Amino acid sequence: MRVALLVTHIRAEEKLILSAFNSRGVSPDIILDRELNFDITRGAEQLAPSGIAWRAYDLIFERCVSTSRGMYALAILNSWGLRSYNTFETAATCGDKLLTSIAFARAGIPQPHTRVAFTPQSAMQAIEDVKYPAVLKPVTGSWGRLLARVHNRDSAEAILEHRQTLGDYNHHTYYVQEYVDKPGRDIRAFVVGDSAIAAIYRESNHWITNTARGGLAKNCPVTEALNEICARAAQAVGGGILAVDLLEDARGNFVVNEINHTMEFRNSSEPTGVNIAQEVIDFVIGQIGVVA
Amino acid sequence: MTAETPLCPECDGEVEIPADAMENELLSCPECGAELEIMKLDPLELELAPEVEEDWGE
Repeated sequence: MRVALLVTHIRAEEKLILSAFNSRGVSPDIILDRELNFDITRGAEQLAPSGIAWRAYDLIFERCVSTSRGMYALAILNSWGLRSYNTFETAATCGDKLLTSIAFARAGIPQPHTRVAFTPQSAMQAIEDVKYPAVLKPVTGSWGRLLARVHNRDSAEAILEHRQTLGDYNHHTYYVQEYVDKPGRDIRAFVVGDSAIAAIYRESNHWITNTARGGLAKNCPVTEALNEICARAAQAVGGGILAVDLLEDARGNFVVNEINHTMEFRNSSEPTGVNIAQEVIDFVIGQIGVVA
Repeated sequence: MTAETPLCPECDGEVEIPADAMENELLSCPECGAELEIMKLDPLELELAPEVEEDWGE
């Protein structure tokens, strides 16, 4: 079995993934996204930076920290018929919060009330439609960057003017959500194929609970209800190996906030007691075997 | 300085390399906190890791 591990660089997660592959007798070729140089028309016969033809790989496992590099590499490789985790379709949907919201809406997945507008004037209306406090997010981006909780019209006007003046066109798509008054935590569930294999609470006194921003990880039991909504949400964006972020509303119901397609899990195996990397790799190896 | 105690390219502090280190692995300098990338293992070569870009993340 020949696997290409596509990375920007090696982080804790990639070392865990390599170790999990190695434990099953598979030694992936590490391919750096900085070394990619595709001829779009020549297809999978051309050589990868590893010196091996792309066609020789049974699987491309995409773990780029750069969303754009990973997504476009998958677009090219999938167009040549190469199998990957995740697929381009899943990556493209998860990499864009607006496309994710559309996928959730189509599948009837509960999500925060979300509106989209394209000018500061219409965005102001959108904010007042969802009511204060509202949350403004860039449609692309990670690790809680440039999120804004907006409490009143004065701050809304200031943030919208800054986005319009200082941001590029990406920041002129105004993605506005209701603020879900969560109980000092959110939930991250790790979905592999059809089921959630583990979940953590991310606790924080700050309204942004990302562990990249200091949120503390604790085990969250995977109940039948949590598993069911996570599996449905993952399918809505194309399925694969995904981290589903959920909020609990004031009545304790789940709403799905977003889905991450190159999930970080270094802090999650210990509190959950689940070897996430091994579960992921065993699933992937099983899937290749099914197809072959 | 020996080959086993490489220096941080930012602060010249000593950086301990884990036994299972890999090329292109990220490390933090214990003295200045700079994020470093192992460019080569033999001979060992450290560089400052690239700055985080706007599209980086999960």
